[in-house]
Parts: sequence; C-alpha cells; structure tokens
Amino acid sequence: MSGLSNDNAIRARFRLDYPDFSLDVDLQLPGRGVTALFGHSGSGKTTLLRCVAGLERSGRGELTVNGEHWQNNAQNLFVPPHRRAIGYVFQDANLFAHLSVRRNLEFGMRRVASAQRRVALDQAVALLGIDHLLERMPDRLSGGERQRVGIARALLTSPRLLLMDEPLAALDLKRKSEILPYLERLHDELDIPVLYVSHSPDEVARLADHVVLLEQGRAIAQGELRETLARLDLPTAFSEDAGVVVEGEIASHDAHYHLTRLAFPGGEVLVSQRPEALGQRLRFRVHARDVSLALQRAEGSSITNLLPARVEAMVAADTPAHVLVRLDAGGTPLLARITRRSADQLTITPGQQLWAQIKTVALLG
Amino acid sequence: MLDGSDLAAIWLTVKLASVTTLLLLLLGTPLAWWLARTRSRLRGPIGAVVALPLVLPPTVLGFYLLVALGPNGPIGQLTQSLGLGLLPFTFAGLVVGSVLYSMPFVVQPLQNAFEAIGERPLEAAATLRAGPWDTFFSVVLPLARPGFVTAGILGFAHTVGEFGVVLMIGGNIPEKTRVVSVQIYDHVEAMEYAQAHWLAGGMLLFSFLVLLMLYGSRFRQGWRG
Repeated sequence: MSGLSNDNAIRARFRLDYPDFSLDVDLQLPGRGVTALFGHSGSGKTTLLRCVAGLERSGRGELTVNGEHWQNNAQNLFVPPHRRAIGYVFQDANLFAHLSVRRNLEFGMRRVASAQRRVALDQAVALLGIDHLLERMPDRLSGGERQRVGIARALLTSPRLLLMDEPLAALDLKRKSEILPYLERLHDELDIPVLYVSHSPDEVARLADHVVLLEQGRAIAQGELRETLARLDLPTAFSEDAGVVVEGEIASHDAHYHLTRLAFPGGEVLVSQRPEALGQRLRFRVHARDVSLALQRAEGSSITNLLPARVEAMVAADTPAHVLVRLDAGGTPLLARITRRSADQLTITPGQQLWAQIKTVALLG
Repeated sequence: MLDGSDLAAIWLTVKLASVTTLLLLLLGTPLAWWLARTRSRLRGPIGAVVALPLVLPPTVLGFYLLVALGPNGPIGQLTQSLGLGLLPFTFAGLVVGSVLYSMPFVVQPLQNAFEAIGERPLEAAATLRAGPWDTFFSVVLPLARPGFVTAGILGFAHTVGEFGVVLMIGGNIPEKTRVVSVQIYDHVEAMEYAQAHWLAGGMLLFSFLVLLMLYGSRFRQGWRG
C-alpha cells in the first residue's frame, strides 16, 4: 500500500450541486500510474477532472496531490489552476488558433521556471512524433495530430499530475489507433501520474492501472484494473461488454501456424502471430461472451484455448436468459457469460472445477 | 477647391476622431471585457446605457452633456473646482461628447469578439500556467484582433460622421470645434454649394473606403476560415 501513503497519493473529496447534476466523491488514488475515471456520459467524470484542475470553481472540498494542498474549502484554500502543477489534455486538444504548433508547445514551457523543467521540447516532440508539424498552424492539423500536440503541450509544463479528458473521444478508429501507442509510451517512459477520463472499456483496459467507476456523480467502485473489471457486483459487468483484462508474456512464436503463445498466471493462450519479441508483455481482453464452460476437457473442438478454472460465483447477467460466472483460472480472474439453461445443465456451483474455453481474445496493443 | 478653413476643419476632424478612437479603445476594452464575462445583474443596465447613443437623437445627448458640463452642472462644477474651466465649446468638450457618442461602435465589436473567444482558450491558458493578466495579453488580445480592427475603424468613422452632438456642445468655433460636418453645413447655409460639394464628396468617398476596408477584411477572414 505504499502507493497510497499520504505524500505519494491523491486525495480528492469534492461536492458540487447543480440543479440537474450533483457530484459527491471522496477518493484516495495512487500517486503513480494511470488511473482511469470510467463511466457513462453524465456520470461526472469530466466534472471531477475539472475540479482537480481547479477549472470548476463551484466544486467544494479538499484536494491534496502528492503532499501538496491545492484546495481545502474548510481552510479557505483554493490554488488557482495556473498555480497547480498540472498538465491538462482537452477532449479536442484546444490548441491556441493564433499560435503555430511550436509556439503552442512553448506557451506552457516558457511559463515554468527552467530549474523545474523535467521534460525537454525535443523529448516531447520525439515522444509524440510531431517534429514535422512544428511550423504549422493548428487549423492545418488532422484531429490525431492536434491531439498529439495537445498532449506534448501539456507534458512540457513538467506536470506533477497529468489530467486527460477523453483525449481519443473526438477521433475515429484509425486516429485512435494512431495515438494509443504514444499514450502507452507516455505511461512507460515518463513517471507522471495520470488521471484518464474515458467511457471506452477498451481504452481503459489498455492503458489503466487503476480504475474509478463513476455513476451519477458517485464513485461506485475503485481499485486495481483487473480486480475491478472482474467484479460481478458492478453495473458495468451487467452489460454485454463485460470482460476481464489479462496481462501475458510472449512465451513462444510458432512460425508454421503463424501463432504466438502468451503465458500468464494460470495458463496460456494462442493468438495470431505478433511482431513483439519473446518476453514482451501484452495486455489482452477476454470478453465474458467469448468464454464458454465445459465439465471435461473438450477434445475435437476448434477452440484451442482451454484453461482449467474454478467457479467463484454466479450472478444474473444483462438478460434473463444469461448468467455471469466468475472464475479463478490459477490466479487469473475470468468472467463467462453463459445461458441460464447451460448453467443448470452443468450444475454450476461455487468451488466447482471445470474448463473454460476461450473463443477469442482481443489483444490491446 | 478647399480653402484654409476647410483644411482646418479636416485637420480638426482627424484629430478629434484619432483622440476619440484612442480613448475609446483604452476605456472600451475593459468595459467590453466586463460586459462579455460578468454575471452581474448590472450587465443589462450598463449594456443598455452604452447602446443609448445608437437610438437617441444626437441633440438629446448633446443637450444633457451641455447641461452637465455647463457652469451649473455637476461635471462643470467639478472641472471648475479642478481648475480645468468649462468644457463646452472647447476641443476637450468635443472629445468627451464624441467618446460617449461613439462608445457603442467600439464597445460592441469588442464585446462580440471577446464573447466569441469563449471560455476554452482561457482554460487552456490557465492549465498552461498563465495568470489572468498574462492570458489577457497573450491569448485574448491576439484572438480578438479582428474585433479591435473593426472597433477602431467604426469608432473613427462614426466620430468623423457626427454632427448633432458637436453642434450642441462644441458650437461652431473655427479651428477649435468646427469639424467637417459643421463646415459643410456652413457652406450650404451660405449657398457655397461648390465648396460644400468638395467636402461632402470627400466624406462620401472616405466613408465608402472605410466600409470597403471593413467588409473586405471580413471577407478575407471568412475565406481563410
């Protein structure tokens, strides 16, 4: 729990009342890694992010980031946004239209004392692959390029906390996949804690270490990514989209069948051949609807990914015809969405040992 | 052709319009910023007062200014006690009248420009460590530049075109308060139609060119997207 000690963590307690919406959260978040604020639109995730930035002045409460007090209404303390060491990435980049890309990047950098700069212009430009755009005006950039400039601009203030408000939401699928690798590099190369607002389970699964689930202005769950996604008691689990995230290591490549073997605690899966080297870690998502259950190890099936697993619990799913089963596959949590009829035929009970057949996995990366 | 008194009137008009425009940009900028951003209940009343010269006959504004600036008016007593004397029938008096009369033509384009900028660039600036003053000079002013151009041109042109307010509080004193519009009136009264033509035609051309500049530049901006 060292990541949650007081001077290396984010304590955020906010109350805000609008006529049609209220926010009431009390969060203790890790002071490192990527924390996703996840929820449907209208759940308050952007409002919460704006409160942390100090852009939402009507939010009352208390905010401490890695030992620095930024807000405490009980003590009349409110540090204005320009004195908070944050970087903010807006949903649609929000670049200054009157400045070139270079001047946009320098805007924040020049306002930070040089002794406190920890990210150099060249470094940010290289990290986000925007060196060929420096002399352009923002209206000559594509959506994906604009977003990368916005991220670099925020990084160049050497923030102690990076706030990202659905940086991919305004982009189409192709642009999304163009930016995601940069976000992952950010995560791997810079040690800046990130609060990442998103409503996309795939983005969260790919990028986050920690998840806060928001609904109607309340935090209904929070915790480590894999644990939280595998929980059965949360409303997201009751959607068709239920599933877990597993991180595996590339154990071998099979050149003949063009397959790659990914090993993780509790088993392994075969996926289409990957370009990454042996030992490389990859995250993948296993949707509950892609997991079926069998009492015996199925022979003569086209499904190659079979894992021994133990039933932990079972609850109603999103339709009356289905149930969600939570499994423990040798330390890796899994969810299976099967029909109630199958569950009865297999007499699913907690503690039961059976085989999980994984039809397909979605690689995130 | 133009004679000496015509040239003096033209020079006086240019001087009056320049001083007025400069003062209006200095005073109008904070006022327009306030009007664009405030949530105060005073926003409506103050906005209406600024817009009054748009609908009032200039004689009404001129009459009240004359009373207020006169020896028994509150402002007149103030200027006298400050040793400034009385403003009516002086150049300074004309400037005061022109500033009030042309106020909406400067404040409204600025207010529109500020409102069009919206909250978002200000928020971006704040998250990039720029304080409010810094943001105003490094983000708001450059983004509002078309608004300043429009405000300056309209303020200048409208001051050049005023007549009623000038006549009420400036009178018709050569080289002190006799501006072009008054000079034309004098020529017409004296049946000097040829001289009136030169000045009136000049004003027509000037006004057309100013408006062409305004709409031409608007068009260019629109085209550039």
